[in-house]
Parts: sequence; C-alpha cells; structure tokens
Amino acid sequence: MCRNRFVALACWLTVSPLVALAATPVHEFILDNGLKILVREDHRAPVVVSQVWYKVGSSYEPSGLTGISHLLEHLMFKGTPNVPGGEFSRLIAANGGDENAFTSHDYTAYFQTLEKERLELSFRLEADRMRHLLLKPEDVAKEAQVVAEERRLRTEDQPEALTQERFQAAAYITSPYRNPIIGWMQDIELIKPDDLRRWYQQWYAPNNATLVVVGDVDPAKVRELAEKHFGPLPTSELTPPRSAVEIPQKGERRITVKTPAEVPYVVLGYKAPTLKTAAEGWEPYALDVLDGVLDGGNSGRISRNLIRGSQVAAAAGTSYSTTSRLEELFTLAGNPAPGRTSAELEQALRAEVAKLREELISPEELARVVAQVTATDVYQQDSLFYQGMRLGTLETVGLGWNKLDDYVQRIQAVTPEQVREVARKYLTDDRLTVAMLDPLPLEGRRPAAPGAAMDHAVR
Amino acid sequence: MLSLKSLLSGVLAALLLMASGLAVAVPEIQHWRAANDVPVYFIPARELPMVDAQILFSAGSVRDDGKPGLAQLTNALLEEGAGDWSADVIADRLDRVGARFSASSRRDSAVLSLRSLADPRYLQPAVETVARLLKEPTFAPDAVERVRQQMLTALQERAQSPGTIAQDAFFKALYGDHPYATPPEGTTASLNALTRADIQDFHRRHYTAANAVIAIVGDLDRSAAESLANALVSGLPKGEPIPPPPPVSPVPASQTIRIPHPSSQSHILIGQVGVSRADPDYYALYLGNHVLGGNGLVSQLSQEIREKRGLAYGAYSAFSPSRQAGPFLMNLQTRNDQVDTALQVAQTTLREFTAKGPESPVLEEARQNITGGFALDIAGNGKLVNYLGSIAFYGLPLDYLQNFIGVMNGISLDQVKSAWQRHIQPDRLITVIVGGPALTPSSAPGT
Repeated sequence: MCRNRFVALACWLTVSPLVALAATPVHEFILDNGLKILVREDHRAPVVVSQVWYKVGSSYEPSGLTGISHLLEHLMFKGTPNVPGGEFSRLIAANGGDENAFTSHDYTAYFQTLEKERLELSFRLEADRMRHLLLKPEDVAKEAQVVAEERRLRTEDQPEALTQERFQAAAYITSPYRNPIIGWMQDIELIKPDDLRRWYQQWYAPNNATLVVVGDVDPAKVRELAEKHFGPLPTSELTPPRSAVEIPQKGERRITVKTPAEVPYVVLGYKAPTLKTAAEGWEPYALDVLDGVLDGGNSGRISRNLIRGSQVAAAAGTSYSTTSRLEELFTLAGNPAPGRTSAELEQALRAEVAKLREELISPEELARVVAQVTATDVYQQDSLFYQGMRLGTLETVGLGWNKLDDYVQRIQAVTPEQVREVARKYLTDDRLTVAMLDPLPLEGRRPAAPGAAMDHAVR
Repeated sequence: MLSLKSLLSGVLAALLLMASGLAVAVPEIQHWRAANDVPVYFIPARELPMVDAQILFSAGSVRDDGKPGLAQLTNALLEEGAGDWSADVIADRLDRVGARFSASSRRDSAVLSLRSLADPRYLQPAVETVARLLKEPTFAPDAVERVRQQMLTALQERAQSPGTIAQDAFFKALYGDHPYATPPEGTTASLNALTRADIQDFHRRHYTAANAVIAIVGDLDRSAAESLANALVSGLPKGEPIPPPPPVSPVPASQTIRIPHPSSQSHILIGQVGVSRADPDYYALYLGNHVLGGNGLVSQLSQEIREKRGLAYGAYSAFSPSRQAGPFLMNLQTRNDQVDTALQVAQTTLREFTAKGPESPVLEEARQNITGGFALDIAGNGKLVNYLGSIAFYGLPLDYLQNFIGVMNGISLDQVKSAWQRHIQPDRLITVIVGGPALTPSSAPGT
C-alpha cells in the first residue's frame, strides 16, 4: 500500500493481503502424472480464466543464473514443434483472449482469459508448451535483449526501483530473495540456451504444476478436458533446491544508493515471518493487522501522523506479504516532504514502529482494520483473475490453496496485545535494514537552449 | 512481474473463431435524471453484495484557464476537509465502513469513485460522506499548502522520469495554445501561484449539478439506486453548463524534439492529433490501430520492434479520444544507441500501414480479438462502472454496449484504410526523444 495520490511511490509487487472468499467451493483433482487442478465456479459472466502455475521462480536460482526463470517465461512464447513461435499469442488473440505471464520469487505463472467455450484452446496450447518448448539459440539471444530493455525500463532508469533492488540485496545475506526477479544485467546477458534447457526440463512438468480455472465452467468438464490434454504428459524427477535459510541478522544494516534523481527516498525493512515460516501460527495475521493500523487507508497512522500531522512525508507506505515461501521483510518507505530530509523521515517512521512496540493499538483501530478486511473479502470476488491468483499462490508456495479460507476470522481473532507482541519480537533495530536514495544532479536533463533541442527534420 | 509476450503472424489456423456468432449477455443500462436534473446511468448487478459509483464532472485540466494544476489541486482537496469535518474525520468515516474512495482529475474530467458494501449500514455513511465533501469542501489554508507541496514533489518525480518528461513535451508540442497542451499536474511556477480563492472559484463553477453525471453498478434495486444518486448530488448547486473546450488545430509540420537525460534508455513518442469521442471515424481507427499497435505483441509495431529485432520491451500505439481531438500516439523505449534504428522502424511501420492499410486476414483477426474479447471487457462490476462512466460523461448512446460488437463487425477494410488516411499524415508527426547525453549540433537528428 502506498499513500499520496500524486507521487508514484515505487512499491513492491504486493497486492492487498490475500483474503478469503466465502463464495463458491473449490473443486480439486489430481491427474495420475501429478498435475493438480483447482476449479472455482463463477457464473456471473460467460468468461473463464485459466492459469498454469509452476513451482519455480527467482528464489530457486543459483548465483550466476539469476533471472533464468523470468527469461524462460519470455521464451515460453517462442514455439514448439507443433506451435511455431508467436503462434500461441496469435491464436489466443484471434480467439478474443487475453494472455500474459508473470514471474516472482516463488513461482512462474501463465494465464489466459477467454470466452468460456474456448477453454480447450488454452489447455491444448499450455499442455503443448509444458514439455515441448524449442528454445532456439537465436530466440534466446533476441529475448535476452528484450529482457535487458525491460530491466532498463523498470529498474536501471527508475531511481526508487534501483534503490529497492539494492535494499533487498543488502537486507539478505544467504536468502535467495537478495537477488532481483528479473536478474542482474550481467547474468541476463550470459545465460546460455543449454542453461535454459536444463531449467525447463527440470521444472516444467505436470508434477511441478498447478492448473487453476475460475469462471463460468462445469468442474467435471474441466477435469475431462484437462485429462485429455495434460494427462499424457510425462513427469520430471524433481530435485528441490537446498533450502537457503537467511542467517540471523546481527545488528542494523545501512546502505546509500547514489543515482541521478530529484526526490530523496528512504526504505526501512524488518525481517518478518510469513505463514510458511512463522513460529506461531497467529503471528502473520497480527502483522497484517499491524500493517493495516499503519497504512490501511487514509485513516492509517502513516497518513494521519506523517503526511497530514507532522507533514514530514510527501508520500509513504508499508508493504508486507504473508504468503512468501521464505522469511520476508516488513517494509516502510517514503519520500520526505519538501524542506524535510530522509533522516527526519526515517526517524519519524521508526518512531511509529516504536509506538507499536510500546503501546497497545486502540479498539477503534482494530475495528477499522477488521471492517476493511471484511469489505475487501467481498470486493475481491469481483475479479476472476484475483480469485485464481490467490488459489495459485497459496498452492504453489506450499501452503495449500485453502490456507486463507478463514482469513477474516483469523484477523478478527487478533488482539491488541498480539500486535504489540509481534512488534516487540520482529520490528526491532537489530532486524532492520535501511536504504537511502541520495539523488545526484540530473545533469544535462534540460535542453541547453531552445534552438539546440528543437529540430524540424524527420521525414 | 508481468511481461507481455510474443507473436508471429502465421498461417490462419482453420479451427479459429466465430467470434461474432457468440451471444454475449450485455446488461441493459437504466437511465434517468436525479434531483437537480443530474443524468444517472445504472446497471444492477445483484450477485455480489457491493456497489460501485462514479460521479464525473467536466472539471479536468482543460478548465485550468491559464493556471495549470488548478483542476487537480481542487479535486485533491475535496477529501481534505468538508463542513466541520477534518481530513482525519473524513478518512475515518470512509475507512471504518470498509469503503474505498478515490478522487482523480485528468484532462477532460474529474472523477470521484466510491466502492462500498451494499448493506445500507455501510453504504449510507459512505454516500453521506462523499456528498458532503462534494458540496462543502473547506479548502482550509493548511490543507491547500500541504497538498500543494505534495504536488510539487510529484512534479520533481516526473522530472526524474524520462517517460513523463517525454509525455509533457509531446502534449506541449502537439497542442500548442490549446488547453490540452498543459500538464494536468501543473508546473512549479503555476502551482506556487495558485491561491485559495482560485480553488474556491474553480469548485463553485465546476462542481455543479449542471456539470455532473453519475454511473452506478451494483447490488441495488431501482429505487435504492435512485436514492443513492439523489443523496450524492441533491446538495449541489444547479450551476451553469460549461461549454466544450475549443477545437484542436492539426499539426502544421513535422517536429522532432530531443531532450537529454541521464538514463540508459531513450523514450520515444511519435504522434499526431487524433479524434474526438464523437468522431464517427473513431471505430474504424480503433480497429485499424488494433492491427498497428493496440493488440499487444500480436500487433505490427511489436512484431517489428520487439519480436523481429529485440529493440524494446514494449512498443504500442493508441488513440485517446477525448471531448475534443485527443492524441494518436506511438510509444517505445530502447537503449540509447539504438534510437535511430528504432525510430526508423516505427516510422516505416506507420507509413506503410497508412499507405497500404491492413491485410484482410490480419484485420479479421484483430476484429475477432475485439469482438470475441468484449465479454471479458465487461466481466466484473469494476470494469462495467468504468464503461458506464465514459458512456455517461461523453453522452454515448444507451445501447452502446449492445451495439458495440455489431458496429465492429460492420466496418470494412476500405473504411479502415480511408479513415486512417484521412486522419494520419505520416509526413506531419510530432516526435519526442528523451534520453542519452546532449547532442552536439553536428550530430543533431535527421532521418
């Protein structure tokens, strides 16, 4: 969540907390080759979303091959012996479909949205590229260039994204979350077709995938179609990467990122547990409530105290994901208001955290967070894609798709004492990493003289 | 990390589509006038216990009248105090019922959006809150100052982004003296010059019943929707209808603007004056653009720039029809040393497309993507309310949704080609390139 409607404060790729849907039941099937199929009916519109989730992402990658999962995601559109390069996207588009793919620390997923009668097209194409990708060297070379451009666009030329990337790299010592999902530029350029082939053969198999279907469908028919297209696919022998647990932090860590920019930016992150890693099952829910107290809407403490009250921040927000596979960061980030410094903003954010360690949150604040969670639970049912995203994420990180079915109740059960307890246990100075963006002048940004920059050429 | 994917044109697979033949259940729009005569557009959606409502005013930056940023500052201040409620009280009132509220302002319109549970215990307080901040915003001096500072920070952020620098330069060059030329976000000088009196005056003239429309989608019956609409706007003064902005003049000649920036990539924008929302050619241009650059990686621009040459992550084109003629714009980003190549490929692609028009099978596939995908576009209350808001604001026909597929199916290849040639002149383009070091005069551009 990020506050300040004007400033596009760079946030991590987090959606609002994954929330339970009281709605229709989920049908679960497992094919003989291990492919798990999850189907949720939603008959509001004659539409279906189909998603294939693979248990592989940047946190599975060895050093030197960072970004290989994401590069492979790009290459998944480059063809098989049966479906030539580009044909996948063309067929989906010509059938009125939407499609895309995304890579994260913990998963790689592919999706299509289609008119419901055309679900089979999606299954046919996804089953084909699950085991038969070509990976031609010339495609690999070209796509690595495209990914390099993507990296320039999203990271290299974005001062706040660049700061976040360095911040993650500084916060973790042994956890693979220290590496960016898109990979370091030098790795992107050096990944070989053979590396990709091994990565593909190792992870792209029915016994390492989950097929999620949400929409105006009959679960029995979906199962039948899935049997037909995915059933014949052979399995892979899976060798999960050795667990790379983050070693305990021994004191605060700080970095500075100097890059051409105009607006200072500061990021604070505390090592925090997730549903997978928490010692106590209730802790991630208490951290979610704490997150809502700080940044749940304009009435959160960050908006109220730092943007409106002391006006030390022009924009600020928090980010925390309970559904990561490995230990996460609870982060606070923001831009100081004009005339205020990053150091002042850092102190103000730390003071808000200290207050949570020292004092109990009010019953009104708790009630407000519960109301927001309850309403969000309804709003999220408006999106088929989101419903699929939730099932796929939970299943793929190993929590099981129904892990958050009781999310609203778990949030309702959190007490002010528990919120204070997780603040005292996790939001401590010795678990903290701080990154500061130190803006260098944007030399040469403005045209030297009007005449020099204007030219009436192009013909 | 979302990433759009690839496509190669190929043999037209025989199993394909019968997009136009599929029945799409398109919801009927109910239409009436609320108290104060405000037009209301309503689609009941009874499946989920929630309501989406939008109120739109002709109060975008096109009304800034020489004071860039005024419309946006006024809009942003609505939730910063109303009557005897402080910003804290307003935030509390909305958050404690789980409502989601946002106010935004672009070139034509200012929009207030509310999402709430449909249960009156939650909906009613949320609606009362929005009604009051529309009617009685306080524009307290300290709030004005604080939000002004936030907008100034946002301007600084724009100045560190080659993409937004390019956008601003493009609109300035394209629109000259027209009010579309100035950035809705304002400029440092203009923001610093805005006074509380300017804001109060802007609000008094623009946030009126005569200047408003309402769109509602959700779990309400007709009478509940009528009550909701009345509650939102019955407190508004009648006001005077605001005349449309002046028409836009075409670009007289090609112009290339290069702006240095310490970025590893250059952002390239190429475009021209496009069409208004009322222009009958819009549909043919939209369909044609789906072939050129509006259909993701399947489009020709993506094929030429990304798939064949690996020059960019994204290469797109779009018309943005507005009250008056909005821009036609092609957009891509590439490593600084590849600018000339990418620019040439983009220009050639546009020139050939305009001269020859699309090939028939390619046009049919683009058409099938649009018509076959229409059910997706309107699946969900959030998507529907945005459609409805546009229909309401631009006064599009009530059967717009019902007719959309039919209209798309009725456009011939010749109509696409001739509309394209009427509106796009590849020898009169505005080109903006932001990125890389300053050029010495001898290496100035020229193609």
